[in-house]
Amino acid sequence: MARTPVRKTYKLYLGGAFPRSESGRTYAVTDASGAFMANAACASRKDLRDAVVAAGKARVGWAGATPYNRGQVLYRIAEMVEARRAEFIDLIKRESGAGAREAGAETDQVVDRLVHYAGWTDKLASVMGHANAVSGPYFCYSAPEPTGVVGVLAPESLLGLVSCVAPVLAGGNTCVVVTPQACSTITFAEALATSDVPGGVVNLLTGDLAELSPHLAAHRDVNALDLTGADPELRTELGRSAAETVKRVYIPRHEPDFTAAPGMARLRAFLEVKTVWHPTGAVSLAGNGGY
Amino acid sequence: MASGLPDLAGDEDSLRRFLIGLPPVDPVGLEARAATLATRSIKKQSKLAAIDLAISMVDLTTLEGADSPGKVANLCRKALVPDPGVPQTPLPAAVCIYPDMAAVAVESLAGSAVRVASVATAFPAGRSSMEVKLADTRLAVSAGVDEIDMVIDRGAFLSGQWGLVFDQIQQIKQACGEARLKVILETGELATYDNIRRASWLALAAGGDFIKTSTGKVSPAATLPVIHLMLQAVKDFRALTGEQRGVKPAGGIRSTKDAIRHLVAVGEVAGPDWLDPHWFRFGASSLLNDLIMQRRTQTEGGYWGADYVSID
Repeated sequence: MARTPVRKTYKLYLGGAFPRSESGRTYAVTDASGAFMANAACASRKDLRDAVVAAGKARVGWAGATPYNRGQVLYRIAEMVEARRAEFIDLIKRESGAGAREAGAETDQVVDRLVHYAGWTDKLASVMGHANAVSGPYFCYSAPEPTGVVGVLAPESLLGLVSCVAPVLAGGNTCVVVTPQACSTITFAEALATSDVPGGVVNLLTGDLAELSPHLAAHRDVNALDLTGADPELRTELGRSAAETVKRVYIPRHEPDFTAAPGMARLRAFLEVKTVWHPTGAVSLAGNGGY
Repeated sequence: MASGLPDLAGDEDSLRRFLIGLPPVDPVGLEARAATLATRSIKKQSKLAAIDLAISMVDLTTLEGADSPGKVANLCRKALVPDPGVPQTPLPAAVCIYPDMAAVAVESLAGSAVRVASVATAFPAGRSSMEVKLADTRLAVSAGVDEIDMVIDRGAFLSGQWGLVFDQIQQIKQACGEARLKVILETGELATYDNIRRASWLALAAGGDFIKTSTGKVSPAATLPVIHLMLQAVKDFRALTGEQRGVKPAGGIRSTKDAIRHLVAVGEVAGPDWLDPHWFRFGASSLLNDLIMQRRTQTEGGYWGADYVSID
């Protein structure tokens, strides 16, 4: 007897849970040849608002986690993606029409990218921080701190999405990601949900970029925007809207090649540099400068 | 006592007969009705009007062991200028503090429309002698507060000493003088809906100007079904005696959405006469900031952020 197929509906990933859209809307995801793949939740403005609230709540905990711990969690995501390698290869093949070899290579790169940024977390402060030489009796140093809640308009490929999200997380930010690509994105969310990533640190909304992004750009509780997945016209409009609330906006200088070595631009884009001045022993009553 | 209500003072038997004679509550029906009304959608101009009304009903509250004169003065400044960016934002109804801070609040708010409410009677537990409770009330009244929030003796109420509770409310009411008396039932400790209905009627009959759900120190605090019951009580009380009394939910109301759900309940259960800060209040602290943020969202567009309102 033929077994009844178990069809999967792709939902949102919001605050560590997988809810349907508040609006009840769905859309049909098609594969590269145009055939039906699955139904996915189509996020609404209110889902976006809820996602920003979830990201805001998770912010203090994630930024306060030790860089060592954040690195472990990112590495754990890589482990989980690696464990579901076959599933990701199958989805990438269907979504992009790529062959088995290409899809396998992309999945490997996703894992490698996560491991790459897992290694960065506890090195950011020493690479981007400085002890500053100043002309006075002060010990002056600068250290990077996370920007806060980052809104990410993700490109369509899974490698692109991971390349945008991983540096945001490595720096200690939380994020709300909007992407039209449901199947591989939400499968990635399943990897996140089993990786000790605290709920709300990553929120993935599938739906219409043009519909959701203006609300993300105008939201006052979002501190930065990554506009990689937006087309040039939308980027200008969103950049203008983001200026109202003085958000940091990251737009890649060239169309990014995610297969190339990632560099530091994305890490740097979502870190704030804090500089601290301490009086040194030189001003002590002894007056001998101490050292 | 006014017409329609039997004379209950000093006669424990008639009080007991009256309270036991109240119709029993249908919990399933009550919760279903509260849940249905909570789904009502309020948008655009109506929402803005509801937000403004809700702001004007807030009793801005700080009831912490760590309260200091500076913190209370700061809260009073917040009450006088809720949103510095928009001076036409309505003012909250009152500031609610502990009795020893009453003088600071009265001084800070002198000459403004914002009233001063003080908790009293060994808030929040109410576990002390009547002498201490009366002294606590007099301390606040002599500082010049406009309103007193008393707690009932839940232990006495639950053990059936209804006459004692009735008598204590009357004594405190007398000590209040001109100040309006809010009677905190602490519904989270009363165990059943029937008890909440009885406690509401008891407090109203004893002369409470307001019935208030909770101290905010016990969970669950204000829930919609409980507010429904209390609104029914004040409505029926007015029908019976001709006297209008107020209701104040307190504790757990943090979002604009919650506040609007309560306003819908007020309009539907008690009636539009109660949609007024004189007759309905919210005991809250963080609610005011959420209302201000939602007001900005309604008037200026874009979701507002917590970084843009003052911390209280």
